[in-house]
Amino acid sequence: MFKELCQKSFPKSLWVYHCNVGACNGCDIEVIDVLTPYYDAERFGIKLVASPRHADVLLVCGPVTRQVVPALKRLYDAVPDPKLVIAIGSCAVGGGIWFDSYNIVGGADTILPVDYYIPGCPPRPEAILHGIAVALGLAEKEIESVHLKQLPDRPESVPVEVEGS
Amino acid sequence: MIASKLKEAILSLRPGRVTLKYPFEPHDPEGDFRGYPELDTDKCIGCGGCAAVCPARLIMIQDIDQNTRRLVRLLERCIFCGRCADVCPEDAITMTKRFELSTDSGREDMVAECEVFMATCQRCTRCYEPPTPLDRIMEPGFRDDEIKRGGQDSPYEPVKSE
Repeated sequence: MFKELCQKSFPKSLWVYHCNVGACNGCDIEVIDVLTPYYDAERFGIKLVASPRHADVLLVCGPVTRQVVPALKRLYDAVPDPKLVIAIGSCAVGGGIWFDSYNIVGGADTILPVDYYIPGCPPRPEAILHGIAVALGLAEKEIESVHLKQLPDRPESVPVEVEGS
Repeated sequence: MIASKLKEAILSLRPGRVTLKYPFEPHDPEGDFRGYPELDTDKCIGCGGCAAVCPARLIMIQDIDQNTRRLVRLLERCIFCGRCADVCPEDAITMTKRFELSTDSGREDMVAECEVFMATCQRCTRCYEPPTPLDRIMEPGFRDDEIKRGGQDSPYEPVKSE
């Protein structure tokens, strides 16, 4: 339902504001790569803007450092409603290898409500394009959680029913 | 100046269309690309070597009963370094070329769990464990707090979505 609402609220071009909240620049380079003519995210209407007040989408790269938390909250408030948040890279998705560092709060979803996750270290430009395609409804997500179990009397593992799914 | 602009325009006509048709047509990665690390549950022996070398410490090992060991992998944190595949003695982990991992329904989609049937020791009827409790704490993968630091116990309040 939320997905439909998103697609209804954003029928035209999405303008994105790219913010680095502690990334190593790897994801930033891939984001720039996606905007080059070879990958060309602009054919989907994606445009990089310089001010969060012009943006519809916030791209968050990197693990959220403690120092950047108030700035990130202010940045989120500066984006006009309705807005989307996309976490790019393993660090922004779950904290990456820095998840328990003293100066890291965690992934972007510890601070902001994140709508789309694009894992990868860094994600391939195609992976970012796939994330855009999922956000625009052009492609389906291809991943889901796996839970397998070995049984003593059978050679093959069987999937386990997870409660609440 | 106009001549140079014209020359530029003619030059840019030569290569034709360069843009990938990616989301509409598949574009497989080349070379030694490392994607989603897939675990073959049938081959896994539950040794925990992958948990010991993982730089993101995303593999947690829980002994849920006498002969079941559960490997929880929070692949949202994975940096695709491939060390788990290198170290696995049974070659149960393979780095696939899957890179289309983006999801819209939360990072739980990147969680992979596997329950391994463990044989028990004839003498003590328990799974193998590190000899002392102190060794167990030092062994990566066995500590609950390592894996739980995914933000659940963060002191910061998230912004509420409207």
